[in-house]
Amino acid sequence: MTMDRRTLLKGAAAAGAGAAVSAATTAEASSVRPTAPPDAVGMLYDATLCIGCQACVTACKTANNMPGNLYDPPKDLDGQTKNIIKLYEEDGEKSYMKQQCMHCIDPGCVNACMIGAFKKREYGIVTWDKDRCIGCRYCQVACPYNIPKFQWDTPVPEIVKCELCNHMLARGEEPGCVQACPKEAVIFGTYEELLADARQRVADHPERYYPAGAPQIFGDTEGGGTQVLYLAGVDFEKLGLPVLGDDGVGVQMRAIQHGIYRGFIAPVALYGILGAVLWRNRRAAAKEGSDE
Amino acid sequence: MSDHSVEPVGGPIIFNRFTRFLAMFLGLWILILAYRFATGIGTVSGLTDGYPWGIWIAFDVVTGTALACGGYAIAILCYILNKGKYHPLVRPAILTSALGYSMAALAIIIDVGRWWGIWRIPLGGFPDMGHYNWNSALLEVALCVMAYAGVLWIELGPAFLEKWKATSKSPGLIKFAGAGLKFYDKALIWIIALGVLLPTMHQSSLGSLMLLGGHKLHPLWNTGWIPLLFLISCIGMGYAVVVWESAVSSRVFNRQREDSMLISLSGAMVIVLGLFLLLRFADIIISGKFGLMFSSGMLSVMFWIEMALVAIPMLMLIRARDRAKFITIFRASMLIMLAGALYRFDAYIVAFNPGKNWSYFPTTLELLITFGVIGLEIFLYIFIVKRYPILSGTRATQVREIEGRA
Ligand code: SF4
Ligand code: SF4
Ligand code: SF4
Repeated sequence: MTMDRRTLLKGAAAAGAGAAVSAATTAEASSVRPTAPPDAVGMLYDATLCIGCQACVTACKTANNMPGNLYDPPKDLDGQTKNIIKLYEEDGEKSYMKQQCMHCIDPGCVNACMIGAFKKREYGIVTWDKDRCIGCRYCQVACPYNIPKFQWDTPVPEIVKCELCNHMLARGEEPGCVQACPKEAVIFGTYEELLADARQRVADHPERYYPAGAPQIFGDTEGGGTQVLYLAGVDFEKLGLPVLGDDGVGVQMRAIQHGIYRGFIAPVALYGILGAVLWRNRRAAAKEGSDE
Repeated sequence: MSDHSVEPVGGPIIFNRFTRFLAMFLGLWILILAYRFATGIGTVSGLTDGYPWGIWIAFDVVTGTALACGGYAIAILCYILNKGKYHPLVRPAILTSALGYSMAALAIIIDVGRWWGIWRIPLGGFPDMGHYNWNSALLEVALCVMAYAGVLWIELGPAFLEKWKATSKSPGLIKFAGAGLKFYDKALIWIIALGVLLPTMHQSSLGSLMLLGGHKLHPLWNTGWIPLLFLISCIGMGYAVVVWESAVSSRVFNRQREDSMLISLSGAMVIVLGLFLLLRFADIIISGKFGLMFSSGMLSVMFWIEMALVAIPMLMLIRARDRAKFITIFRASMLIMLAGALYRFDAYIVAFNPGKNWSYFPTTLELLITFGVIGLEIFLYIFIVKRYPILSGTRATQVREIEGRA
């Protein structure tokens, strides 16, 4: 016989106490869904207006001092590209698609970053701080849109992603891409304004947007909502956006982490129990020893 | 007790063809590392923006620390469940754990891009404090792994102190060692308690980490129960590693094996494995993912391989008559380690799908870097058991004779 039931249960209880809380606390997940900050700003990109001229791509590079030129345009976001235009063309359907950070209301990247290099700051803009980042790339794992890019080919890499040109906003200018767009396909504004604008467009032209009749405003609720909103005439999934529920990726993990570590009570209690069991065992062993 | 008294194995560190090869390989490894630090991660690895984590994380850190849970598993059994008879297993298990965790820490330094800032994590983000993000499971993993590596070396302290006390020529060191051993007598239970608490915390958090993968992680792996599953699985792996280590080290160093102890350990393994299977299936069925077990193509296959790798050793060990044979528990242990490793690889890489334009396969240099981390661990293990009292029943003189002849 290896061990009796009682000692086994004792061990299982001690070993599992911390983690067992996890399953129990996922239920309270929905209570921690955040909303957009009151001063939130963002962008609205309307793919049906975009002509794919790439002016915004160049302007983004200029605004952020990133290398690259229009004669050799980047194919995707990368370590020196924060904004990109892609063309989707299949089965007679055609649409351009602009890609940059969505400035999520509940950002996966901020949730992931252990020492606050990623932060949601003034106007709800998600920024990255070079001096705090250690380059662990958890933010890349956690972003549902694969936005943060890592500089793979340098010994001193940085994380690169759109920060809504917050350096230009600070001096009262709109983001580079917005300024450059000849078609107002991408516009800047407060989150409230943009959402109202998008709803208006959808109400005025329900046939023009996807899905026809009851168009979707991507970012209204997806993944907990985003401050960059999208309208398009084509299924967003085909344009490269994921299908997401109403919760940000962080909701479940926060529930678990908070459940286990609230006030650090569970770990401290477990430590106390373990110590007590060990102490008792040792005293019992000492007694046995002296009896012999 | 004389049978099981611990003593250094003794003899030269580089004593056969394998260790000579190892030393040479580690030289090459250092050159590859220099190249990685001079040119960046992209030049040596197959990592991309879609798959930012590869084998360095999935194997060296996540699987490596789980395999290093021998110390954890044995501590639970030995000290918490008060099965003192397993005592001879404790020191070697703690040593492999200490090495495993130290190697994981090394792998993290190799893997992170801005490694020179790491020192600020244990210091609360120094110089600008107060930026800890307690919502991040990774913070908890980072702090716990660092703390636990330290705790393990402290738990191993008596091995070094005993040696110094017995053989040192400096009276100061002898006095220090004596005082240290007295301190251990009093404090050890609180250190051991920490040594059980910390793995409980971070081995589960290593699972929680991947919850942020969100839609990119396949639902069969992305579940709120993942912390509990990772925790149970690491206990199984810890047991398995102790069996394996005992068998291999007794063979290589020609020492007595702890067969009877390992055999009685294996009864507990049946329960651990059964619990894992029960929870995994219960979770999938309760959350309505039943169909996914069969409709996920390649990932369904991976899932069933994982399940088989847990179920087969469980069945092998379920009958007391079967587990009385050492070869059975040895084989079962191999399967348990494989099961845990595959579960982690799947959760971190195979079942992680960032989108159709991305793929990942490790490069040769990337693999060599991982092999080097393992190689260094083996090398340090040999060094320490040959010089310090870790293993019991070593018949040290006999070993020296054999090596002398070789
Ligand atoms: S899109 Fe990605 S990088 Fe941008 S805020 Fe959201 S999670 Fe962060
Ligand atoms: S790579 Fe940098 S920004 Fe991203 S999670 Fe790690 S520390 Fe934070
Ligand atoms: S500048 Fe405007 S129209 Fe031109 S590609 Fe960018 S978003 Fe489209």
